[in-house]
Amino acid sequence: MPAPEPVPPSVVPSVVSGVVGKGASPVIGAALLVGGLGLAWWSATSAALVTPARMLLLVAGLLAAIAGLGRVAASVRGRPVDVVFGLGMLWLVLVLGAAGLAPWLPLGNHDDSVAGLASPIFAPPDLGSEHPLGTNNYGLDVLSRAVHGARTSILVALIAVLIGTVVGGGVGMIAGFVRGTTDRVVGVLANALLAVPPLILLIALGTVLDPSVRSIAFALSLLTIPSMVRLARANTITVAEREYVLAARALGAGRLRLLRRDVLPNVVLPVLSMAVVMISMLVVAEASLSFLGLGIEQPAPTWGNMISEGQGGVMQEHPFIVVVPGVCLFLTVFSFNLLGEKA
Amino acid sequence: MTTDLEAPREPLLVVEDLHTVFHTPRGDVRAVDGVSFAVAPGETLGLVGESGSGKSVLGRTVMGLISNAQTTTVTGRVLLGGQDIHALDRGRRRRLWGTEVAMVFQDPMTSLNPVKRIGAHLTETLRSHLSCSRKEATERGTDLLRQVGIPEPARRMTQYPHELSGGMRQRVVIALALTCDPRLLIADEPTTALDVTVQKQILDLLARLTEERHMAMILVSHDLGAVVGRTDRVQVMYAGRTVESGDTRPVFAAPGHHYTDALLGSIPQLTNAPHTLLRSIEGSPPDMTRPPTGCRFAPRCGRADETCVEVPPPLLPALGGDGRKVACHHSLIPTEELSHGR
Repeated sequence: MPAPEPVPPSVVPSVVSGVVGKGASPVIGAALLVGGLGLAWWSATSAALVTPARMLLLVAGLLAAIAGLGRVAASVRGRPVDVVFGLGMLWLVLVLGAAGLAPWLPLGNHDDSVAGLASPIFAPPDLGSEHPLGTNNYGLDVLSRAVHGARTSILVALIAVLIGTVVGGGVGMIAGFVRGTTDRVVGVLANALLAVPPLILLIALGTVLDPSVRSIAFALSLLTIPSMVRLARANTITVAEREYVLAARALGAGRLRLLRRDVLPNVVLPVLSMAVVMISMLVVAEASLSFLGLGIEQPAPTWGNMISEGQGGVMQEHPFIVVVPGVCLFLTVFSFNLLGEKA
Repeated sequence: MTTDLEAPREPLLVVEDLHTVFHTPRGDVRAVDGVSFAVAPGETLGLVGESGSGKSVLGRTVMGLISNAQTTTVTGRVLLGGQDIHALDRGRRRRLWGTEVAMVFQDPMTSLNPVKRIGAHLTETLRSHLSCSRKEATERGTDLLRQVGIPEPARRMTQYPHELSGGMRQRVVIALALTCDPRLLIADEPTTALDVTVQKQILDLLARLTEERHMAMILVSHDLGAVVGRTDRVQVMYAGRTVESGDTRPVFAAPGHHYTDALLGSIPQLTNAPHTLLRSIEGSPPDMTRPPTGCRFAPRCGRADETCVEVPPPLLPALGGDGRKVACHHSLIPTEELSHGR
């Protein structure tokens, strides 16, 4: 165990702020980290606990580990460190990187049911084996499915958000700028679309459209368009009333130039913030659709339909089938939300 | 500012009986209610009045920024170089902005787009009006910044508005207004948002530029100190109407209207003894949805009588023929009608 170090000058401000303790903090931090991880591991694998106690201890252990990591990082850096944000971004990089590189990674079989006949079904997760996170009912590798599922889920969400931002943001901006009849028509249409319950809209679209990535993305983008229209419109109205827009107009700028050079750069900031938050919302929406069987169909994996494999008693016997995609979904949505906060 | 006041010049801007009415749910607001004046090339006209007198609306209506629309009605004529601005359609009117007439707004903090660099502001305007190349536009822009007295103009071109002080920003706004050499500059309270030493610099700059370019200017202000000595002629406004007009120095030396007199009297004088009470004008400007019949200043004027309350005073030329006009039944200087034995 390292001896307590003398307090370096850069830690002094944080001493005053009370966030990080005195010179012994990296020791406490390391202790918390190791202790927390140990507790979490034990509670996850021990057979001696009932589920509520197991959950509690698992969460407590993880929180202690995060706090410990925060202290260690803060004492190394000399300033308070937002550990949760850092971990979230790390996860996002991991997920996006894995999803982007999925076809070239050495992963197992994710959708070939015929080849899956040769593999054991419902193999439990075993980190050193050929199937680190186990296999499902068809012998398909869960880890590989999680990665490919990430690819599909995120791709769908990103395309849908892109369509929603460009179309919704564009329409909202124009409506907010020209006002008058255009604004009223757009307002009525946006409110009408917003008034339809999202799940019903998705189900209705799911039954009508073929379940491909393109049509799911289109259906999901309909969910985002009304909110984007409203946000872009409200911000455009505020920006258009600002004096620099009037000043530009008084210098002879036409409406198109005003929109492009003065309104758009100021409206795009809140719209992009909203877009990042919408990504997480759409990942959940896509998972819901797939869970209901209306989205991407088996054996092509998405996190939603992986979770749906847990129906009919499977989850009680083989929890990892649900836990793996569930945890992936949770962490990804959480991390996107963190990003949306900071963006 | 010109020195030759006698030679007749073809007026650049002629405003005839201009009315601007805003239709609001509370009623019609007659912000400008019958204003006429003319400005010759190279001349500076001061528009003076308190908040709510309609001077800003007048400035914008003269430029054409406020024109006939769903909730606005503009009647009367604004002839800029012979063209009636409000008879033009929106597109043709827009083409005049920046090239024939330009406006400098009050608050330099908000007149510039915070996410655009200074250079972008200038080059965009230059390229859209003059269709020059980017390099040319940058050169012209830098030169304009130099003309308005900004040191290190090339460095300032790459900076954002928030990196400049208030006075510098206003100089940039003035440079922007001058990019296409307009013949008329409307300065709407250009110094109100600046501190006093910077105010003098900006007013000096405007005076120099108008003289160099032989440019007409309308200086709208509520600050009498800014107007005297910087304008050739002055027009005093109250509640949407002109109450007095004429050459600046005679008007301020011997005001004809009681409002002008009260305005001048409210300025603290250094020569006064200590503890002299400041004279203020009692009351407040009228509600413009229901302006008073008769003289609009009557409720606040010490000299008002029944005629003042009932009959609106016409704007009459003063005796002496020096172009002065006063709208008062009891004018402090003799006017034409008064001399006909009322």
